[in-house]
This record gives sequence, C-alpha cells and structure tokens, in this order.
Amino acid sequence: MSLRTPLSQAKGLGSAKEGAHHWWAQRLTSVALVPLTLWLIFTLASWGEVSYVDAIEWMQSPIVAVGLALLVIVMFYHVQLGIQVIVEDYVHGWLKIVSLVLLNFACISLAFIGLFSIIKVSL
Amino acid sequence: MAQFTLPANSVVKPGKSFAAPASAKNIKVFKVYRYEPDSGENPRVDSYEVDMDTCGPMVLDALIKIKNEIDPTLTFRRSCREGICGSCSMNIDGLNTLACIKAIADIKGDVKVYPLPHMEVVKDLVPDLTNFYAQYASIKPWMQTDTPPPPDRERLQSKEDREKLEGLEECILCACCSTSCPSYWWNSDRYLGPAALLAAYRWIADSRDEATGERLDELEDPFKLYRCHTIMNCTQACPKNLNPAKAIAEIKKLIVKRRN
Repeated sequence: MSLRTPLSQAKGLGSAKEGAHHWWAQRLTSVALVPLTLWLIFTLASWGEVSYVDAIEWMQSPIVAVGLALLVIVMFYHVQLGIQVIVEDYVHGWLKIVSLVLLNFACISLAFIGLFSIIKVSL
Repeated sequence: MAQFTLPANSVVKPGKSFAAPASAKNIKVFKVYRYEPDSGENPRVDSYEVDMDTCGPMVLDALIKIKNEIDPTLTFRRSCREGICGSCSMNIDGLNTLACIKAIADIKGDVKVYPLPHMEVVKDLVPDLTNFYAQYASIKPWMQTDTPPPPDRERLQSKEDREKLEGLEECILCACCSTSCPSYWWNSDRYLGPAALLAAYRWIADSRDEATGERLDELEDPFKLYRCHTIMNCTQACPKNLNPAKAIAEIKKLIVKRRN
C-alpha cells in the first residue's frame, strides 16, 4: 500500500526530456528504407540467370557496395528502434532492461556481420 | 509482462435474467456487467428485458428505467443526460461512449453494457478514475503567464487565435478515449493517455499562455507522450467528435520543430 497522493504517482519520476530523437530517427530510417529496399528488390528481380562471378563483380562497384552498406546500417537501426518500442510497451521490470540490452547487442552484431561481409566481398 | 488473460477473480460469469412484464410487446434485451468487489464474487452479466414502448430513446434512459423499475442495485454514474458532463461514459456495444447520447435504435440485437475497459471497477459500471484525473492535473490545465494581466481588462485573444482552440476546449474528460487506447491499457501508470495530452495541447495552442516551452519539456518523455503509436482508437471513440490523435501529433511536431 502507498500513501503517496494520486498526483505524485501520476508525475512519477518526471519527464526524461528525451524521446523526440527516437521518434524522429524511426521516421527518418523508414523513409530512407523505401528507396534502399526497392532498389535491392528490383535489382535482384531483374537479374534472371546471373552467375556467381557476375554477382561478385556487381558488388564490387563502389556505389553498389555503399548502397548495400547503407541498407544494412539503416535497416538494423530501424529494427532496433522498432523492437525497442514493442519491448517498452509490453515488457516491464528487470526483464525489460535485459531485453533492451540483448536487443542492442543483437542489432549491432548483426549490422557489423553484414558490413564486414559486404566489405570482404567487394574488396 | 503485459497481462493478456483475466485473473481468476475477474472472469465474467453468467448472471441473473429479469423478464419483461407479459404485457410488453416491444422488448429489447440489455446485458449489463455487474461487479461488487466487497461480495468476493466474480463479476457477472445480468440480462434485463426492457419494454421499449415505455422507455426513452437513449441507453441511459434504459439504465435509469432498469434501476427505477427492475433492479435498484444497478450502479452507474450519470448527471446531465445530455452529453455535457461526461459522467455516464461506458462501453456500449463494444465502443466507449456516453450512454446518454447513444441511441438504443442504433444497436442491433442485444445491448451489451460494460464499464470502461481496463480500469479498476468500483462497482458495476463505475470505474476508478483517480489516476486519470491525477494525470489531467499533472499537465497543469490552467493558464500560466509571466506577464501580469492588464489592470483594466481581461487578457485579449484574437478571433483567429481563439479558433485554434476549437476541437480542443470541448473535451469533457469522460475518459472514453484514454480507456479505448491499448497503449493506455498496458502503460497507464506512465503514459498520460489521449485525454490528458489533448488537454495539454489545448494550453500549448492557447495564444495567451506563456509556458509553452515548459509544457513541451514536461511532455517530451518516452512514456508520457511517445507511447502514442497513432492507433487512433481515441478519435474513433470520442463521443464529442474531437480528435485527440491529431492533438498528440501536433505536440510531436512542435517538439521536432524546436529541435531543427
């Protein structure tokens, strides 16, 4: 039981004075993902029969390599931002902190694996 | 974790049935949620047959008729019976609305009447709105100024600036919007909810108020404001046809605007 007043409970710990950056970044990344994903999907769809060597050669173009790298970075940033919202909505207590830490580790690791793979293939 | 199943003592059981008098020809069935925490019993849904030939047109008319003529133990809030006090907000036919302005004729089949969703129930159709009102108080719903008022008259506001408050100042705090919002269901301890945010924007949009920056500071928080995911249940539910979702979007836009 708590004898704190309802107003005290509603105010809680006060405003974190952040959240706008997260909100803005989520919208920015979703806008950026529209051309990046369309570009990748239409490129792959237009290929038809392409040999392994041709695909490697395609990835060695600086524009393609940078495009793929941007896609990986923006995509995993967007994934991290989106899943963070879901976790904050539905998970409470210590499980929330654990989930958010694991989420950040996973997204950063996956993004670096993607980036390293792109660099390795394109160099 | 968010709780997706009802606790055992909240599972709704079938309740009693009250038949209409034999003379009734035009019968409508009202299935009403009943709960009395002190009894230790589970909530139940009682079924009332109401003779529509001797009943007013609105759901509240039927509830008052049930209380007066069939079952005086039925408990609900009501006052103005014309959609201005916001007391009789409840979940009717699956949508949060005011019983006094919800026409029975608009409802097909049985009329299901429940309290506002995901709130502690005091009794029957009366939810505990303590936290809801405290959240409203927390946004400081009054004019804040540093400039003293003119000594000889009120603070002036142009007609154009007054028009910016249309659709904001009509809120009657019935809580239909906030209690229809899934984000509010899961996080009402920290998320202010559409009603309090609409009220906050009402003062942000007021040309006479001088605390806009402080108000935005207080709102910029992952939970107080940004739990809104534009689900829009608030706007769909509002019995006064206001648009809390738009007010929340305006707050988010202003917070981005002052950064860039």
